[in-house]
Amino acid sequence: MELTKEEESAFKGEQGEIMQMAYRILVATGEATDAEKLVPIEWAHLSGVNYNTIGDAGEEFLASISKNARVKVKTSLNPMGFDIDNVSNYNLDDNFISKQLSIKKSYEEMGVIPSFSCIPYEIFDIPEMGTQVSFAESNAAIHANSFDNLKTNKESAFSALASALTGKSPYSALRKETKSNLTIRMKVENPDELTYGMLGFFAGKVGNESVNISGVEQMDRRSCKSLCGGMGTSGTCAKFNFDEEQDSEIVDFDEQEMKKVYDELNTSDKGDLITLGSPQLGLEEISDLAIKLKGRSFKKRCMIFCPRAVKEQATKLGHTNQLERAGCEILSDCCTCLTPLIKKDEVDSVTTNSIKGAYYLKNSNGVGVNLKSLSEIIKDETR
Amino acid sequence: MKKILVKGKVKGTILKSQKPINFLGTVDKKTGIISDENHDLFKKSIKDSILVFPYGVGSSVGAYTIYSIKSNNSSPLAMICEKVDLTVATGCALANIPLITVSEKEFSLLEDGQKIFLDTESSNPITFLE
Repeated sequence: MELTKEEESAFKGEQGEIMQMAYRILVATGEATDAEKLVPIEWAHLSGVNYNTIGDAGEEFLASISKNARVKVKTSLNPMGFDIDNVSNYNLDDNFISKQLSIKKSYEEMGVIPSFSCIPYEIFDIPEMGTQVSFAESNAAIHANSFDNLKTNKESAFSALASALTGKSPYSALRKETKSNLTIRMKVENPDELTYGMLGFFAGKVGNESVNISGVEQMDRRSCKSLCGGMGTSGTCAKFNFDEEQDSEIVDFDEQEMKKVYDELNTSDKGDLITLGSPQLGLEEISDLAIKLKGRSFKKRCMIFCPRAVKEQATKLGHTNQLERAGCEILSDCCTCLTPLIKKDEVDSVTTNSIKGAYYLKNSNGVGVNLKSLSEIIKDETR
Repeated sequence: MKKILVKGKVKGTILKSQKPINFLGTVDKKTGIISDENHDLFKKSIKDSILVFPYGVGSSVGAYTIYSIKSNNSSPLAMICEKVDLTVATGCALANIPLITVSEKEFSLLEDGQKIFLDTESSNPITFLE
């Protein structure tokens, strides 16, 4: 990868240790992805926030660099482990809470917007078409590339951080006009958001950098997010193109392939509690849920995860009250994915409509998963 | 040599694994000892070695583990892989541990216990010392 004189000087350490570290990460990422140069980016979105995932090493690292490091571009942040407003209800130990708050403080000191959201594309204005960004959260990177006309690599936690600190990112394949030589034909009829999540999970397994998808109708917001969440979970693929490429290899996603994904992730025929949100719910989904739950209430616990900004808007609109009356626990700043709030010694299994949530509940939390679409959840689990 | 991911110059002894390494969860952050009993480096410490292995696997948070063993002075002096993965690449970059990838043939020539001099800037980066 070619560096400009100024970049070279930072890489050699002439602009301090933090810049040197950031450029080392960018150069390693650039070499790994065969990029020929660095390009400016306008927005970075960081992962590596939840103490449950980055642990003591991450907490110490962030505390150390935050003394000097400052972000150069607009930088938003993934969810953390809990919602400080109601963490006392969830039996989380004091060490977890203090380490998580230290991580929060370090990011704030670096000038990062404490958005604690995995759906930056729903809570921030989208820049103009073709803008280069660096999103580490996989569902957000895929959403940005496929639905928001932005361009990003599927960044690692460190490459996005390096981009935030320098305002630059390697010009890897996904930042260019790329075409995929693989097309997935959607053959499942009457798909709901769960079907789209499974399609995404399948696409992530068979695709490499990007895939074409044919045969999908107009999707609602819930289905788009489910598709992105599913794909980000299973592979390295970071973009959908919604047309069939001539001469590309064709793979069908049919009932049989869908059943394989379902059987891999659905490990229980019922759940002790329900979670909605992975990716977190946006305002549109919260409003829709409030309408669907009118006059109904859940028969068991239902945890709803959304960004703080969305919860505040939902409260103004009266939805928070409506949802709480229906028995929902609304949590902001955190998400189903890698949550420390669901523990296997307290919960055997969880019902969810999220493929991404299901994967991590099964593999990280070690609980059983019962997959159902939202309409089935409302039909079966409320009265 | 195929790629230089992180530059550097070191002298050391090869610790070679035929298996990929998942840094998150199978490498002790304080001691650098491999805790996965199914791994061919089980109970061995990667500290101060030139670690030669095919590639890294598992969560990207593994990059934080690499940083952690470095800050605990238990990291390898350098790493040599056959294939590049972003977890190991960005972890080594963050921790400033030299990292290169080599061809399949070069990989097969590197033997456990060999003393080598690695200089990523040289046209012939690996020199066998004995």
